[in-house]
Amino acid sequence: MDVTETDRRLLAGIADGLPLVERPYRRVGDDLGLSEAEVIARLRALIGAGMVRRLGIVVRHHELGYRANAMAVWDVPDDRIQEAGRLLAAEPDVTLCYRRDRRPPEWPYNLFAMVHGRCRRLVQMRVAQLSDLPSLAGLPNAVLFSRRRFKQRGARYAPLAEVA
Amino acid sequence: MDGLDRAIINALQGGFPISERPFADAASELGIDQTELIGRLSRLVDDGVLSRFGPLFNAERMGGAATLAAMSVPKADFDRVAAIVNARPEVAHNYERNHRLNMWFVLTTDCAEATAPVVQAIEAETGLSVLVMPKIAEYRLDLRLEA
Repeated sequence: MDVTETDRRLLAGIADGLPLVERPYRRVGDDLGLSEAEVIARLRALIGAGMVRRLGIVVRHHELGYRANAMAVWDVPDDRIQEAGRLLAAEPDVTLCYRRDRRPPEWPYNLFAMVHGRCRRLVQMRVAQLSDLPSLAGLPNAVLFSRRRFKQRGARYAPLAEVA
Repeated sequence: MDGLDRAIINALQGGFPISERPFADAASELGIDQTELIGRLSRLVDDGVLSRFGPLFNAERMGGAATLAAMSVPKADFDRVAAIVNARPEVAHNYERNHRLNMWFVLTTDCAEATAPVVQAIEAETGLSVLVMPKIAEYRLDLRLEA
């Protein structure tokens, strides 16, 4: 689908969150000069087309009690990586799983997964378990824990600048 | 957080109704009224448990780009470099991690072509090189965790 100028304004209008009022879509529409029905129809279309992955709660994992958050990485042969990625993606404590370019020699890994747990020891054990999955067993891997978070804004919709 | 907060978080990470009275609809699924739901969501946002109550965009499908980047920053230089990187509006988040590559951040731009100039600017300003690791395939991105 084509994203219209109205869609861009709508997405920019809700980027920071929906108003916590009885009829949030009417409120959003009032601010943008759109009817409630238009807002509802456009949002449904944008979700249907996958432009918006979902609407609702986006948690901060640390504040939710997941104090250890690791970026686990593996160097997976290209012909096994899709299977490995799908296996990791099915795990409940994996929130992100991507294949990325390697950058040898500094960075030989191509499969990335964010693994969350209550403490580091627990996450280390989970990554060890995950490393035993059939398509990951025996492969070079590393676990990078976060020491400090400097900045975290949501993965915002990039083209906001066009409507600012 | 009590059991109801957790039930709300678990339910509304999976989606939120797009209807005239979505809070009333979601509240009835949870067996509470909308005033209570709205009140609890406001508190969870204020307390910082929720990053936001709103959309999770698919920036790439909208033409945007998100790229992971890493730097190896000398300890003594870390705060200076972090300040430079964090000041860029394209940087969505930035973490210190326990690896020789010790600074990891995500760059979001309006299009893939806009990534390189941002990387070059960071390299010029910090005097350090930036390793960029573009995404080739996505197996999961939903940011959902059980409360």
